[in-house]
Amino acid sequence: MSLTLKNVSRVVDGETWIDDVNLTLEPGSFNVLLGRTLSGKTTLMRLMAGLDRPTKGQIMMNGVDVTGVPVRERNISMVYQQFINYPNMTVYDNIASPLRLAKMSHAEIDRRVRETAEMLRIDIFLDRLPLQLSGGQQQRTAMARALVKDSQIILFDEPLVNLDYKLREELRQELRALFKARNCIAVYATTEPNEALALGGNTAVLHEGKLLQFGPTAEVYHRPKDIITAEMFSEPPINVVPGRVSETEVTFDESVHFQLNSDLRPLKPGNYQFGVRASHIGLVPHADDDLELPVRVDLAEISGSETFLHVHNPHFDLVLHLSGVHEYHVDQQIKVYFPTHKLYAFDEGGQLVHAPAGLGGR
Amino acid sequence: MTVQMTSASTARPVVEKSDQHSSQPLAPQAPVVSHAEIKAKRAIWRGRIGMTIYLILLLMPIYWLLNMSFKTNTEILSGLSFFPQNFTLENYAKIFGDPTWYMGYVNSIIYVSMNMVISLLVALPAAYAFSRYKFVGDKHMFFWLLSNRMAPPAVFLLPFFQLYSSVGLFDTHIAVALAHCLFNVPLAVWILEGFMSGVPREIDETAYIDGYSFPKFFVRIFIPLIRSGIGVTAFFCFMFSWVELLLARTLTSVDAKPIGAIMTRTVSASGMDWGLLAAAGILTIIPGILVVYFVRNHVAKGFALGRV
Repeated sequence: MSLTLKNVSRVVDGETWIDDVNLTLEPGSFNVLLGRTLSGKTTLMRLMAGLDRPTKGQIMMNGVDVTGVPVRERNISMVYQQFINYPNMTVYDNIASPLRLAKMSHAEIDRRVRETAEMLRIDIFLDRLPLQLSGGQQQRTAMARALVKDSQIILFDEPLVNLDYKLREELRQELRALFKARNCIAVYATTEPNEALALGGNTAVLHEGKLLQFGPTAEVYHRPKDIITAEMFSEPPINVVPGRVSETEVTFDESVHFQLNSDLRPLKPGNYQFGVRASHIGLVPHADDDLELPVRVDLAEISGSETFLHVHNPHFDLVLHLSGVHEYHVDQQIKVYFPTHKLYAFDEGGQLVHAPAGLGGR
Repeated sequence: MTVQMTSASTARPVVEKSDQHSSQPLAPQAPVVSHAEIKAKRAIWRGRIGMTIYLILLLMPIYWLLNMSFKTNTEILSGLSFFPQNFTLENYAKIFGDPTWYMGYVNSIIYVSMNMVISLLVALPAAYAFSRYKFVGDKHMFFWLLSNRMAPPAVFLLPFFQLYSSVGLFDTHIAVALAHCLFNVPLAVWILEGFMSGVPREIDETAYIDGYSFPKFFVRIFIPLIRSGIGVTAFFCFMFSWVELLLARTLTSVDAKPIGAIMTRTVSASGMDWGLLAAAGILTIIPGILVVYFVRNHVAKGFALGRV
C-alpha cells in the first residue's frame, strides 16, 4: 500500500497553503513531516487523510486515484495535537468504536481493545471516561483508537506537543516500537528537528507549503539540499556566512581567510555561502586546521547544562551551541574556532554544492 | 448581643498583648481565633437576614396567590388576612371538575410540547450548519434570524390569523405551535450554535475517520455532547410558548384554547371569581417550576458558556 501525492496544491481564500507537492510514501515506512508553524504540515496531512480536497493534483493509494474518496471510505487513522476522544464514552468504548462500525464480532473487538490498551498501558482505565484521565493517558486513548484498526495510513499531527517532556520521550520511544511490526504508512508531523532525528525513518522538510526535501532522515540531515532545508533541520538554525573562494583560499573578509583544504578543493572560484552547525564551532580548537576567529559576545543563553552563545564579528553573526554552562558578559572579546573541514557550501542560489564528508554528528 | 459585645471587648486586649510579645511563642492564641470567628459569624448572620428579607419580598406575590386560592370569595373581599380562615379546596375542585377549565391546561401543554419538538428538530441542523460550515451570507443570515425576535408578536397577529383561517389551521394546536416557532427557532439556533461551536471540529473528523456516517455521528456522538444546550434551548422555548398569550388566544377559539385565555372567563356580570382565578394561576405556575427544576443544572452550564 503506497501513498502517492502528485502535484498536489491547496489554495484557501487565494492563499497557497500547499504548493505543488510530489511525494511517495512506501508501506511499512515511518515518515516525519518537519516544518515550522504554518509550513503546511497539518494541511498536507488533512489532504492525505481525505479530510480536505486538493485544489489541484491527485492522491493515489496503491496506484488508484482516491482524490475524491470521502474520509470514511478510506482506511486511515489520525491522532491530533489536542486530545480528541469522545467525552461521553468510556475509554473502552472509545477504542472499540472504529471496530464496532466495521461490524466485527464482539469477541474479536474485546480481544483487540484489551490488547491495544495493554500495549499503551491504559488497560486499567478502560471503564473510565476520557476526561477523568491525565493528558498523557487521554492521548494514549486517542492513539489506541488510531492503532486498534488495521489502517493503511496512520497520521500523527504533533501528538506529543501538549505533553510534558518526560512523557513525550517515553511515548516517542513506544511509538517507534509499535510501528516496527506494522505494514502501514506512518506519518508524523513535528516542528522539532531533534524529534525528527530521534524518530528516524524518512523525513520530509516543509517550508511555506513547499516540500523542500524528502529522504531518509540521516541523509536529509547530513546532506540538506539547500540553505532553507539546512536551516529548518537544525536547532539552533545552521550558521550561514558569505565567503569567497579563490584559487588557493577561502576568504570571509580581509582578515579572516584560510587555505583551501582537501575538502573544499573541488569548489570553483567564486562567491559561496558557507554553513556551519552551531555545535561545530568550539571555544578550543578541535583540529589543526580550525580557523581562529576573534568575536564579540552578544548574549550567552544558558539553558540547563547547555549554552547558546550569540557572537558577532564586523561581517557576520554566529550562534554557538556549547555543552556546559559558560558565562560571558556582553561585548566581551573572545576567540572561537571555526571547523574548516565541517563546512557546508551553498552556491549563490542557495543550492548545496558541498557537504562535509564525514558524518559530523550534531 | 450583649454576650457578643463582652467577648469581643475581652478579646481585644489579648490581641494587643500578643502583638507586643510576639517574640514569645507561647502567647495565648485561642482568644485571637475566637475574635475572628465572631466576626465571621456576624457576617454569616447578616447574610442570612438579608437573604431572608429578599426571599420574603420575592415570594410575597406568589404566596398571596396561593393564599387566595384557598380562600372563599367572601373572605378575599372582606379584608386583610394572612392565612385562609375557612380553608377550602373548592376552587381547585372546580377547575379539575370542569372540562372547559382543565382542557385549557391540556391544550397549552400540547402546543407548547409540539413547539419545543419542532423548534429543536429545525434548529439542530441549522445550528450545526452555522457552526461548522462557511457559506455565502452566513453571518448576515445568523443575525437576521435573531432580528426576527425584535418584532413584537402583535405585528404578526393579522397575517397569521388570515393565513391560518384560509388554510383551515385556525383553532388547532399545530397553528399555535407553528406561530411560536417564528420566535423560538431563531432563539434555539442562536443558543445551540454557541454550544456546538464549543465542541471541537476534530471530534467530527475523528468520527468520520472512525467510519461514522453523518446521521450516526450526529445522534450517537454529537447530541450527547450538547445535551446541556438542548436542555437550555427546550427550556427557553417552553418559557416563551407557555407565557405567550396574544397569538395563542387569537389563533384559537374552542378546541385549542389555552389556559391563559380561559382564565379571562372568570370576569362575568356578577363580578370576578377571585378564588378560582388564583387557583388557576397557581396551576399555571406549576409546569414552569417543574421544567425549571429539571433543567436547572443545564441552564447553569449554559449561562457559564455565555450564549444564553
